[in-house]
Formats: sequence, C-alpha cells, structure tokens
Amino acid sequence: MNEARALKRERFTPLTYAMLAAALLLSMILCVCVGSVQIPFSDTVTAVWNALWGLPIPQNIAKNIILNVRLPRVLCVALSGAALSLCGAAMQGLLRNPLADGSTMGVSSGAALGAVIAMAAGFTLPGSGYGGIMVTAMAFAFGSLVMILSLAYALDRSLATSSIILIGVIFTMFISSVISLIITFASDHTRSLNFWTLGSFSGVNYDQAGILCAALAVCGGVILRFAPELNAFAVGEENARHIGVNVKKVKMSILVTVSVLIGVCVSISGTVSFVGLVMPHIARMLVGPNHSRLLPASLFAGAIFLLWADLTARTLLSPVELPIGVVTSLVGAVAFVIIFYRTRKAG
Amino acid sequence: MLAGNHVTVRYGDLRAVDDVSFRLEAGQWLMLAGPNGAGKSTLIEAIAGGVPCTGLIEWEGQDIRRLKPAQLARRIGVLSQRNTVGYAYTVEEIVGLGRYAYRAGFLSGGSGEGREQVERALAMTGLTELRRASMLTLSGGETQRVFLAQVFAQDPRVLILDEPANHLDLKYQQHLFSLIQTWLKEPGRAVLSVVHDLSLARRYGTHAMLMNHGKCISRGEIGDVMTPDHLNQVYEMDVYAWMQEMLAQWN
Repeated sequence: MNEARALKRERFTPLTYAMLAAALLLSMILCVCVGSVQIPFSDTVTAVWNALWGLPIPQNIAKNIILNVRLPRVLCVALSGAALSLCGAAMQGLLRNPLADGSTMGVSSGAALGAVIAMAAGFTLPGSGYGGIMVTAMAFAFGSLVMILSLAYALDRSLATSSIILIGVIFTMFISSVISLIITFASDHTRSLNFWTLGSFSGVNYDQAGILCAALAVCGGVILRFAPELNAFAVGEENARHIGVNVKKVKMSILVTVSVLIGVCVSISGTVSFVGLVMPHIARMLVGPNHSRLLPASLFAGAIFLLWADLTARTLLSPVELPIGVVTSLVGAVAFVIIFYRTRKAG
Repeated sequence: MLAGNHVTVRYGDLRAVDDVSFRLEAGQWLMLAGPNGAGKSTLIEAIAGGVPCTGLIEWEGQDIRRLKPAQLARRIGVLSQRNTVGYAYTVEEIVGLGRYAYRAGFLSGGSGEGREQVERALAMTGLTELRRASMLTLSGGETQRVFLAQVFAQDPRVLILDEPANHLDLKYQQHLFSLIQTWLKEPGRAVLSVVHDLSLARRYGTHAMLMNHGKCISRGEIGDVMTPDHLNQVYEMDVYAWMQEMLAQWN
C-alpha cells in the first residue's frame, strides 16, 4: 500500500534538465527558421554561429531576417516566457493558490495601465526614453498586486482561491476599461497602445532582449534563492512562520521581485496572459511541487510554450500576424477551467 | 525556561488575553484548558509570535520579541490544530522543512546532523516507510503525524500544541500523546498544550492553567488546579457530575 502511494520522482535527474534545455534550443532554432520566409536549418545555425564568433556570413544566407528580425524576437519571447512562468510558479507557491498568476490576479493589467499612461503622457526618464514606460509599468504592477491582495484580504482573511480570482477579475475589467478610455482619447500616434492589451513581440530588438535577460538574471536569481521559503509558504503561511521563516520580509521581497519582472515583460510585449498560470502546472506534473526543482523547470516550460505560441501567432493566418495574447489566452482559458475544476473538486 | 508576565492581547476593544502570567520549566507538560473563547489559542499564538501582545514573554530571561524568527524556531516548535497540504509534497519533504531554521545560507545543502534529525523524526513517528508517499494520499491522522515529525525534526526545546488531537480518532489521539510523552523524556524539554479533553489533560499533564474570558483562573500542578471547584468555576457547570454521568454509561 505504501509502495502504491510513493511518488515516482527518481526519474527526474539532471538529464531531464539537459533534455529541457535541448528542447528549448531546438524550439528557438525552429522559430528562427519558420515564418513567411522559410529559412533552412543549416543557414540559421551558420548565421548565428558566425555572428557569435565574428566570422563572415555567406551571401546566400538571409542574414537580415535571421539576425535582425527573428533572432531578437525569439530571444525576447523565450526570456519573457521564462520570466512569466517563473513569476506564476512563485506566486502560486507564495499564496498557496494554484490559480495565482499575473494575469488572473490583474497584475499584468495593472502593469499595462502603467505602460499606457506613461506612453500617452509621454513620460520618459533622462537618458532613456523607454525607461519611463518600464518603471511606470513596474510601479503599477506592484501597486496592483498590493491593492488586489488587500481587497481580497478584507473580503476573506484566508486569501482563498476564489476570493483572489474574483477580485482579480473585477480589477482586470476595471483596468481594461480605463485603458480603453485612455486609448480612445489619446492622440493618433498612441493608438498602437492597443497592442498592450493583447500582447505582441513584433519589432522587438536586442536592447529589449538585453533588458529582459538582465531582469531575469537578477529577479530570477532572487526568486530561485527563495525556493525553500516558497516550499514553506506552499505548505501554509502559519507553518512557514512556525519553522522560522521571516514571513513578512520574504513575502514582501518576492512580491516586489515578481512585480518588477512582470513590469519589465509587460513594458516590452504587452500583456501575455496565462503563461504564468499554466506552465507551472505542467512543470509541477513533471518534477513535483518542490520549488528547488519546480522553479527551474517552470523557466524552461514557460520559454518553450511561449516560443510555440509566438510561432503559431506568426504562421497560423500568415501573412496576417495574430497578437500572441490571443493564442496564449485560447490555450490558457481552457487550462484555467480544467485547473479551477480540479482545485474545487480537491476542496 | 519560558515565562509570560502580564501578557495581554487586544482585538480592538476585546481583551482576548487579559494580564496572564505563566512559567514553564524543563520536564513540565503544561495543559492549558478552558471553554471556547477563553483565549487559550490566542495566548499560544502570542508566544509563537503570531499576534502582537503587551507584557513580556521571556525565553531564559530574554524577551522573545528580540529573537529572529529562525532563533525562535530553534527554541519553540508549534503543532497546529489542523494541517493540510495543497500540493503533492512527499512526507520526507514536509518533515525536512523542519530543519529550515538551521540553514547556514542559501547555497548550503542539508547537513549531516540535519539529515539525522529528519531520519530520527521519521522513525520516531513511524513514518519511515511512508517517506516517499504524497501528502495528498494521507489520512487526517497520518497528516498530523507528519507535522509532528516536522516539529520533532525542528528539534525545539519547547513544544507548543494547539488541540493537536482535536479531530483525530481515539487510536491516533493515544498514539500522538504517547509520542509527545516520549519526546518530553529527553532532558531540557517542555510541552505547553491547549486541550479540551480534561481526561487527556489529567493523564499526560504535569501542570495546568485554567483560563476563562481571557484571564487565568488558576495555575499550578495538575492535581492542585484541576479540582471540582476550579473546573466548575471555569466551565460554569458541574463538570465532575457530567463526567461521572458519562462514565456511568459504560457501567
């Protein structure tokens, strides 16, 4: 009987990480190859390899498409997917809530509102025109998170799943109307702000990939460092306090870090929903709930999922490109319903 | 080793714990009894740092509010009334969390001593065979045993229990209290527990404190405290007559 109840996790070894890394690399190469112009696999590998080592790239290779259009996009997509999935895994552990995520809790919408306000008002930081949007998105993401949790806490002190989701949905609807209002009254050049509500990686560049990489390295490092504390929170906040976790300090650190990371992602790609909700569940099925394994697995799963979602968005109705948020929402909404029903049934 | 002086916990205008003092020494099992809403659970939450209080709670002469959470956890372990786990952690993972307060740094792995403590806690609670089982497959009694193993692995000097056997069947109640009694036999250890079952309190406790309306009505050695007069005063009923009536059902 005890054997039957034993979890089979011994299969998850460093080799599994190597396989996830290989799957990510292959997905990235595939996403560079496939598009309105098909590029041979060997051309992609040669162009990237030669560019990396400063070697000349043969004339017959579509260098501009590979290096200036698709590669920066693929890098941004993979980094955003990894970051959003990591944030989802951290929030689900911290709040002990399998439905917690930037999109279900309205944090992404809050960040989008910040980005739209900064752009409509022309808010910039000295020396960096883009920095104003990013900082405002981060501040609004954090403000939204604090507001939603405070409202949910006032409604239900146990911060139950349904309370947080309810407040998150109401908050998201409210923010969406505010964004629509701003877009309606904004001048013509800001009408492209619409993309913030649906998400898109069209036109991203290496600078943005660099920002995402730096944000993921710093914030991701902080979140990974909190893996033991997240395990304690996932078991229960009261139990976490009893075993010696500095509950307030850890909670605040994780919430700020998650807000910064979601703010950076949203300021680059707009709101890409459901990655952070669904991918940690897939990772949890693979490696179990222990955050020392779950967080790295979520990074890979999020990156791979978003690469495929972006590929679908680019190629499904080619030459028309769908907003990536449409693809992730279609997949995510179905997954959301399944998870919600399973959570309710589990009591 | 643990003492409270004029401890008061307020929720708005309500004094949930009102000017309560107590002492707990090594080798003692202090039973905290009283009707619902007497302030027992609030008092132990105040000791565990879960609710703010006025007055002074001291650990060997030092204000416990000056201790960091990990320092407090190395001295005081708490077993809550009801524990549930929402994700499929293994029994071993939950018990291993008890060693959190001893982590030297975030890059440090589990120490040899830590692993030994986990093994000992698993063995003591009879969970060695279940170590790889998912928490989602355990019964209420088994889950409570896992959290008792966690608090054993935490290796505190004082164990605080909030009605630990409240929803357990008789067999698990007896098992749980026997385990705690065995744990208490090691020198330098003490137990403070909230109990509703007065028979369990008499059977296992060495000392007792009766509370009602946030106040301490009586405290001292178990035989001196759990007298008909004190119990009738606290519960506002004839407790002995009720217990004898219950016992008579079996004769």
